Amino acid sequence: MSLKYITPVERFKKYLPKDYVELVDYGPFGKTQEEAGPGNMGQFKELVEEHPMCSGCWMAYYIRLIFASLPNPEDTVTLGTAGCGRLAISQAAVPFIYGNYGDQNAMASGLTRAFRLRFPDKTKDVITIAGDGGTMDIGFSMTMHSWIRGEKFTTIMLDNEVYGNTGGQSSGMSPKGAILKMAPKGKDFGKMPATELARAAGCVYTVRMSPTNIKKAAKIIRRAIFVAREVGPTFIHAYTSCNIEYSIPTHEVFADAKAQEKDRFTFEEYMTDEAKEVIERVEAEEKAARMARKAQKTEAVN
Amino acid sequence: MSPNPEKKLEKKLVDINYLLKEAPREKHFITGAQAMAEAVKRASVDMAIAYPITPQSEVMHLVGDIYAQGHIKEYYRAEEELGTMSAIAGAARAGVRLFTATSGPGLLRGLEAIVSWPGHRVPAVLGILTRVINAPLSIQPDNIEMAYMMHCGAVMLHAENQQDTFDFTLAAFAIAEKVDVYIPVAVATEGFFVTHAKGYVEMTPEDMALNEFDPVAAPVPAMDNETPPARIQRDAPVQKSNFMSYLIHAVWQQEIWDSNRRAMKYIYEYLGGPIEVQNPESDVFLIASGCAAAQAREAWRYAQEAGLSVGLIKVRSIRPFPVDEIRETVKNAKAIIVPEHNIIGWLCKEVKAAIPNGGIVTEGPRVYGGMTLPVELIMKEIHNSLGLEYDLKL
Repeated sequence: MSLKYITPVERFKKYLPKDYVELVDYGPFGKTQEEAGPGNMGQFKELVEEHPMCSGCWMAYYIRLIFASLPNPEDTVTLGTAGCGRLAISQAAVPFIYGNYGDQNAMASGLTRAFRLRFPDKTKDVITIAGDGGTMDIGFSMTMHSWIRGEKFTTIMLDNEVYGNTGGQSSGMSPKGAILKMAPKGKDFGKMPATELARAAGCVYTVRMSPTNIKKAAKIIRRAIFVAREVGPTFIHAYTSCNIEYSIPTHEVFADAKAQEKDRFTFEEYMTDEAKEVIERVEAEEKAARMARKAQKTEAVN
Repeated sequence: MSPNPEKKLEKKLVDINYLLKEAPREKHFITGAQAMAEAVKRASVDMAIAYPITPQSEVMHLVGDIYAQGHIKEYYRAEEELGTMSAIAGAARAGVRLFTATSGPGLLRGLEAIVSWPGHRVPAVLGILTRVINAPLSIQPDNIEMAYMMHCGAVMLHAENQQDTFDFTLAAFAIAEKVDVYIPVAVATEGFFVTHAKGYVEMTPEDMALNEFDPVAAPVPAMDNETPPARIQRDAPVQKSNFMSYLIHAVWQQEIWDSNRRAMKYIYEYLGGPIEVQNPESDVFLIASGCAAAQAREAWRYAQEAGLSVGLIKVRSIRPFPVDEIRETVKNAKAIIVPEHNIIGWLCKEVKAAIPNGGIVTEGPRVYGGMTLPVELIMKEIHNSLGLEYDLKL
């Protein structure tokens, strides 16, 4: 139903907003990653287009990447909370649920279970996308308990190491010593060990990364979603700098993200054996499908 | 964590009017907690989420038992009340019938999420088994937490006894899910006095239940990527500081309160109206809700025996509040007495605001902190109002 329900009846198309029709005709719904994925962003109608994020915002780039990487955008629901991220996420062409402060993982718990009740034979991807404050401070208990309960959805933390949207206050994920609002003498404790906490709480797939490599970042997002469908909670901790509050000149945002790969965001990927099995199976299937399409194409040319 | 499909029970599904008004009933002697859970059992609930707090816990234990027996498809104990109430909001987006319950401090802990339910168009049913809030700690009945619930847009029913608790809870699901209502309905009753005390309840058969939830019959489509119209987000103006966002919030909240008012016709249809009136031609009226109504009823009976001109108004619906009904009933009254189980007198304030001559309202008697409400206190106020002497002996 999901793809069908997006698709308008042909004769109605001319009455629908242009943006909507283009999404259906040229967007990623029902398409493969080669047709409409991170590899050819800019060449298809993306789920995220306009957004009010600051110039040079690395978070905006990563959100765009998340939506371009979705394996099943026509059957995905995202949830988020207060913070910069939701300003872009709420403008993606995917259902987005905004509840209250830090409650995204509690809401996702109810939503995922209810989806599984109503649609036991369908895949509905549920993804929470929230900032470091929403995930690790105000939403900490609800984040941790959703993992402890083994809820089958994906949690993505957009870590800009600061409360950007409320004006630059120190968060639990700000580095030690950072002079920020509400830490006027410098933060006196270090970053919370998010991925360690996630593993201790039962996440079956966790990644910490600075998403500088588009292909790799996309692969991680998809892995986290595939594993959550079948095995259990998955978590991506991604660096999405705040160039405003950390005074990173726009042209140095990428260099900063590269530098962080060797600093606070060294790449770390963890998966349980069960998660590994799913990843290997799905990626082998995807590869086989890709090869088959390639062979078909070659045949057609010959 | 896994659903319970293997335990699908055979039930006859019926319409709410049949269930409440025509279905055969059998008399049971049960507690208020049992009455609420028995109503949930007959309501084809899809999912219930629990978190313990005294005196509510008994309700959600029993709901857990009926889940294990297969009457409910999904049930879990959440991390705390904010997590519980948020999960209810999340599950509602998938289009399922939901129930949870809490008490006093638990209600306040979950309040941030609960007060957003109306705006999120969450048609869930919330049991409120009243309890003291604020320091010093007490776990006893006192319904002050209801005052905090009154301004969020939810429908609020206040049950006098075990029978009301059963009937109101069943009706709550039907009222919440009406397309022209579609906001949460809270069913409150006093902790311990009702939840842990037994009373006679005429119950419908166990193998008969309310028709199942219809996720399509909703003013806002479920966010399930199935129910048209397609929900392509792009809600750019919302959550920003511009006139469009002010306007969206304003009209949305107006619609919530209109929905709340539209619930009134269903309160008439299913519960016989928002108030019950005894002796409408009286000089003095007792106006009360919940447990205080039970005590007021007893005082009213004494007054009848003594030949005093005393009437009784039991308020079933706190939201929508029966402003017109109360104003009409007491238009010739000389005095109004409002007995309550809380210190602030929220019902008294509502009554005063509803009538043009608030000066005739006596504030109280009020008890709080878990005290019982002696009928003699109400009798004393009745005598005072009539200019009669009363020898108060407690």
